[in-house]
Amino acid sequence: MLKTTPFHPRTAPLVRAQTWRRWAGYQVASSYEPHPDREYAAVRNGAALFDVSPLHKYMISGPDAERLLDRMVTRDVTKCRVGQVLYTPWCDASGKIIDDGTISRLEEMRFRLTAAEPNLRWLTMNAVGLDVTIEDVSERTAALALQGPLSRAVLEQVSPADLAALRYFRLVETTIRKIPVTISRTGYTGDLGYELWVDATRALDLWDALSDAGAAYGITPAGIWALDLARIEAGLVMLDVDYHSAHHALIEAQKSSPFELGLGWTVPATKPGPYNGRQALRSERESPRAWAFVGLEVSWESFEALHLDRGLPPHLPVIAWRVSQPVYRNGAQVGYASSGCWSPLLKRYIALAHLEASNSDPGTAVTMEVTVEHRRCQARAVVRSLPFFDPERKRA
Amino acid sequence: MTTSRYDAILIGGGHNGLVAAAYLARAGRKVLVLEKRPVLGGAAVTEEIFPGFKFSVFSYVVSLLRPEIIRDLDLPRHGLQILPLESTVTPLENGDYLGSWADPDENRRELCRHSPRDAEAMSQFGRLMQHMAMAVKPILGMMPPDPTSLAPSDLAGMLKLGNHFRSLGPDRFHALFKLMTMSSADYLDEWYEFDPLKATKSASGIIGTFLGPRSPGSAYVLLHHYMGEIDGAFRAWGFQKGGTGAISEAIAGAARGHGAEIRTDAGVAQVVVRSGRVTGVALENGDEIEAPMVISGLDPRRTLLQLVEEKELPGDVVDAVKRFKFRGSSGKVNLALDGLPDLHCLPGAGPHLKGAISISPSLDYLERAYDDAKYGEFSRHPYMDVVIPSMIDPGMAPPGKHVMSIFVQYAPYNLNGGWNNDRREAFGDAVVNTLARYMPNLKDRILYRQVLTPADIERITGLSEGNIFQGELALHQLFFLRPVPAWAKYRTPIRGYWQCGAGTHPGGGIMGASGHLAARAILGER
Ligand SMILES: Cc1cc2nc3c(=O)[nH]c(=O)nc-3n(C[C@H](O)[C@H](O)[C@H](O)COP(=O)(O)OP(=O)(O)OC[C@H]3O[C@@H](n4cnc5c(N)ncnc54)[C@H](O)[C@@H]3O)c2cc1C
Repeated sequence: MLKTTPFHPRTAPLVRAQTWRRWAGYQVASSYEPHPDREYAAVRNGAALFDVSPLHKYMISGPDAERLLDRMVTRDVTKCRVGQVLYTPWCDASGKIIDDGTISRLEEMRFRLTAAEPNLRWLTMNAVGLDVTIEDVSERTAALALQGPLSRAVLEQVSPADLAALRYFRLVETTIRKIPVTISRTGYTGDLGYELWVDATRALDLWDALSDAGAAYGITPAGIWALDLARIEAGLVMLDVDYHSAHHALIEAQKSSPFELGLGWTVPATKPGPYNGRQALRSERESPRAWAFVGLEVSWESFEALHLDRGLPPHLPVIAWRVSQPVYRNGAQVGYASSGCWSPLLKRYIALAHLEASNSDPGTAVTMEVTVEHRRCQARAVVRSLPFFDPERKRA
Repeated sequence: MTTSRYDAILIGGGHNGLVAAAYLARAGRKVLVLEKRPVLGGAAVTEEIFPGFKFSVFSYVVSLLRPEIIRDLDLPRHGLQILPLESTVTPLENGDYLGSWADPDENRRELCRHSPRDAEAMSQFGRLMQHMAMAVKPILGMMPPDPTSLAPSDLAGMLKLGNHFRSLGPDRFHALFKLMTMSSADYLDEWYEFDPLKATKSASGIIGTFLGPRSPGSAYVLLHHYMGEIDGAFRAWGFQKGGTGAISEAIAGAARGHGAEIRTDAGVAQVVVRSGRVTGVALENGDEIEAPMVISGLDPRRTLLQLVEEKELPGDVVDAVKRFKFRGSSGKVNLALDGLPDLHCLPGAGPHLKGAISISPSLDYLERAYDDAKYGEFSRHPYMDVVIPSMIDPGMAPPGKHVMSIFVQYAPYNLNGGWNNDRREAFGDAVVNTLARYMPNLKDRILYRQVLTPADIERITGLSEGNIFQGELALHQLFFLRPVPAWAKYRTPIRGYWQCGAGTHPGGGIMGASGHLAARAILGER
């Protein structure tokens, strides 16, 4: 049996079509309604409530907590102040990504790390000789993401915190209707949004408080299908979909460096302390890279024509696909797309792709393989820079 | 000769005028849009007529807006954001309801409660209508060729059309021909038995026309409402964030981005014509602005009979425009609500309140509503298409409050004794009283009520006789006959004077196709 999250008693009755999926050993909703349209719309025009409890969460504390994390990840943790959150990947010694997540500095000597996969062993290995305690709090801590333009208005109804003053990638320890929570202004949708961290024993109270206060704002429980559309629009990578952990890759070609994943910005040019992969990433910064991670926009005219040829109206991927699709330029394969969808907001067919760096400039004309009526075809597409969607309200 | 600052002046900032302006500006033309009202959009406007409550005052849902226009003008970047409107609930006289849900299985199961036979017919009917929508789609994007002309472009157009129809094959061609000629009730009779289902579906066939569900020709209007596509799905309807005015604003944003100049509070009194050619316009405030080309986004009556003098036009054209049928038949009631109303048949705030509520319990009900109108009265119990936009877009009303949009059929423009304040309020009462039969607590929730009769629609938007499509969608007023034979290609008999409103092919609704095709004709693109 898959595990259920602390919110399960509330979410389960809402999953009308029993559209569940697994996430890190848990059972979570793909969508609550049979189709995710309204859930997605809430992300971009209201307030969508996601149960993100399956994330792996580690509490790292002690005099050497900062040192451990700084050693492990690419970003400079010594610069992270209390109340700040960092998004960061972490790499093996060859500078290939193992996982990515966020580091929240809760106190001078206490951090919360989130990860897509179990990292306890890796943390412990990196902690050898350090004065630090590592606790896996995954089951003890429940998490919700409240995302969308009205998310702040909803929280303001129930929390005394000054949310207007809470900047992007900052956190505040506060209460929601007397329930102790940490609110961080983070998320996986590229929109205005917050993540709420709560003791699992209070999870249901938190859900009820938000549902109640959010009703007037159209708060909408939303599942992974809606999340997937939003994160592709936001150009955010997903482990096991857009890249593979260096710890699980069977061959070198399955590994990626931060530079190859569009995460070059998470590798500081100067970071005083040593960290995993520093040597490799330093030399990679200097040398021309082989791969780039970019956006693709599939041409509507071309996509429609391929369908009309078979007498069909275009069949749009309204739920994101996550299978690799070859990408060609002038008849030769130059890479592959790893996830894609029809963007309901942008009214464009978009995809995330790994392309040979020499063929990855924005505006480059390529083709992407699509299957129309059992036949493989080439749809015209254009390379775009990421993200596809980046509203001001995300940071404002 | 003086050189003017503008290559073209657009009269009317309705969505079609704005689309035409955007395409012309995109092609490098210097264009000026002149809108009479303080807001842009014409029949597609959002106004805060009661503090804190935003109303899509006239048109309220979107589906027909051409996807190529959305792409060409990059409208999402300018604010186009279409939110899902997924379901329709028809309350029945016996206290039950008929739901039409987005999920095919839920939908089939619901219809099965009423008629297992219809539940089975539904998917085949859906397939047929999808084929029909695909069959007419190329026509929507086509400049109507003149079948009586021997000009190469017309012959080529007719040939293209002929080939297209031939490519449909006999079954689809016959179905299309039936749709063009039958009544929606008869057409639906071939498929369905459950009367409230037929009534609800046939309602799309009477919207905006002076026809009943049993009048021949109404099936075409039904098809017109099936031609929309959202994200590749034909017949899907949605709700624009911020109301339909935000669509107009998005188009205006694109036009400005391409360099168009747009003025509001700038009503045009007259189009200036010298020796059979336009030279500019005279504004209501007396200013004159010169331009070698003037394009009217108003309806044919205003464009050809009011903005220019009759003597500038051939007599037969004047005659034909005078006979062009408007016969407005729709009204609108907008309500600000203190809270959600309960549906008698489905109490509580379920997802059904995020969809449409159709007051169409039976074909007889609709036909009787039409009977009232035939004899010059508003329907005592009208057909109503009700949506609660604030349930879809919380930004339309203050938290916890709601706006309700009620589209009403029939309210004849030519009411016995004429429209006045008393008659308007009596019409509003008929609407609210009828709706309250299905929503018992509705009246307690009303904070504010706006009632719009066809006379009000005409007065505010300029739509003649309040016809929502700038002229009826009747077979004799479509394609190469819209608005008048021989002048269906966006030109007028006056040199330099063009037309681009919904009164031209392919017609009404928030579609933008008339504006787009007019711009293409002007730019000499086929
Ligand atoms: C009550 C109602 C409900 C409707 N519901 C829907 C719906 O839900 N969905 C849908 O798709 N369609 C709907 N429609 C139809 C649709 O709104 C119209 O067909 C469409 O908006 C017409 O657009 P247009 O640009 O061709 O003309 P208009 O919108 O009529 O634009 C003409 C413009 O010209 C301006 N004007 C008039 N005279 C002058 C002058 N002398 N000088 C300068 N400017 C002038 C007007 O103010 C107006 O802005 C509805 C219409 C109405 C009236």
